[in-house]
Amino acid sequence: MEAAMGLMRRMPPRHSETTLSALLSLLPGHASDLLSQVDLPLQVLSDVDSGKKFILCEYNRDADSYRSPWSNKYHPPLDDAPYPSSKLRQMEIEANDIFTVYCEQYYEGGISSVYMWEDDNEGLVACFLVKKDGSKTGQGRRGYLEEGTWDAIHVIEVGPEEEITRYCLTSTVMLSLTTDDVSSGTFSLSGSIRRQMNMNLPVADGHLSNMGKMIEEMEAKLRNSLDQVYFGKTREMVCNLRPPNEVVQMRLPTS
Amino acid sequence: MAEDETELSDQQKKGIAKWFLINAPAGEIQYVAKDLKSVLKDDDVYNEAAAVAFPIYNKSHLIYLKMPGGYGDVLVTSYGELQDNEYLDPKTAQVVIVDHVKQVCKRVRPATDEELPSPYIEEYRYALEAELLKYAAEAYPKGSCAVYCTNGKDVEGPGSDFEFVVVISAARNSPHNFCNGSWRAIWNIEFRDDIQVLELKGKCQVGAHYFEEGNVQLDAKRECRDSTMFQGPDDTATAVVHLIRRHENEYMASLEGSYFDLSDNTFKELRRKLPVTRTLFPWHNTLQFNLKREIAEELRIGELHDIRRA
Repeated sequence: MEAAMGLMRRMPPRHSETTLSALLSLLPGHASDLLSQVDLPLQVLSDVDSGKKFILCEYNRDADSYRSPWSNKYHPPLDDAPYPSSKLRQMEIEANDIFTVYCEQYYEGGISSVYMWEDDNEGLVACFLVKKDGSKTGQGRRGYLEEGTWDAIHVIEVGPEEEITRYCLTSTVMLSLTTDDVSSGTFSLSGSIRRQMNMNLPVADGHLSNMGKMIEEMEAKLRNSLDQVYFGKTREMVCNLRPPNEVVQMRLPTS
Repeated sequence: MAEDETELSDQQKKGIAKWFLINAPAGEIQYVAKDLKSVLKDDDVYNEAAAVAFPIYNKSHLIYLKMPGGYGDVLVTSYGELQDNEYLDPKTAQVVIVDHVKQVCKRVRPATDEELPSPYIEEYRYALEAELLKYAAEAYPKGSCAVYCTNGKDVEGPGSDFEFVVVISAARNSPHNFCNGSWRAIWNIEFRDDIQVLELKGKCQVGAHYFEEGNVQLDAKRECRDSTMFQGPDDTATAVVHLIRRHENEYMASLEGSYFDLSDNTFKELRRKLPVTRTLFPWHNTLQFNLKREIAEELRIGELHDIRRA
């Protein structure tokens, strides 16, 4: 398994689906481990009632059907499928509404979904998902990107309700972007990172507020990390391969 | 669990193994190989796949290997390939025999006359390479380069066309820092005797991989064209390298520009740093409202107010 995860980290992020399916066929016995540890770009369906899009993941799936957060229906329809309790469903509806607004603010579009369910320890688990297509043919407002996607998956485990409740957040961001023009050619960055954050917060502030703030903080950290650290390191590498012009000019004899 | 009906055939496993090896990032094929062997658990299939995949990877990544005898580096490219494992080093007029899977030079021998260009061609090739080596020594501190004649190597004198390929390859491997990268440039130079012009076609490809607790890869490429007059060997060499230097400098500058834009503009297309209001999202306000869709509208109106007031 360690070797499999090593391969996932080395293969080009753009080929993550091919990599995963290759690993699944080589290691069929490890399928459930692989599927739970590897994240793939998010898929989307349209709700049968409203036409609104919703995101597919393990947390709204049962067999081959997926539950929409808008209509609460399984697509395609499924008998005997699990649903959140009506109290939790109310919170889920509120979470989806608020998260939609949050996404409009930060993502200027994009598709979002929130799924909740009770876990075995009298706590709850919530999954917040965002998918943004920032390409110029998608929802990119400024037309810079030939291709650009951001997929975020946030899973929060909320401990049993006490005055101070424990929240464990695991977040994954996958992104890819490509700019393409005649003078500078194709420039393409892609990648994924995953981080965890645990906090103990007063339940009086409300689950949604607590979870929302954690997600916002985490997304800011991840975005910053990708920008400064990860992309920054690749830039540093390019400068190491070919020191920038000024340095070269200084060392050249008059030619 | 019942026996897996979809057990893979050796052929399929080999195909998958080859795919992993060929798609390994620059400088990482040996690490990929190690993990692959663990996952595959079948050394025979691995060895067969490696025998096919390694040469493809090595040639496409323009790897350079130390030559025995202290002669420097030799590039492994399709332009210098004489036979499956034999590669010409035009700089020292020698041929190396290579073990692709181990990525080492096994032996070296002098090149035969048939393997080398004619004196007329060699004059041009040598002059260009000498000028190129000077440029590359400064621009690519740890790289390697060479000039190959890919067409017309037996041309005796003026009156015929011929073709060279300039190959530049630089790789930096820092596995302990979880960072690897490569810069590859291939310049096709067509010497057109009829119109007394040299036509250049350049292709630069840059890659970088950073994978400390994550996996981020850069993949950038660019093609360009130019031309210059067909002159004597020394003048041609100077002119060509001058063009190469100019184009590659421009490309480097444009890469810097792309990175600069990234932080300020391009990344915003995916996710802003902050909302337009420049404040964090008002999560706490939502608890004051009741559980209806109007929440969204209220918030939006409230924020529009803030924007107008700001």
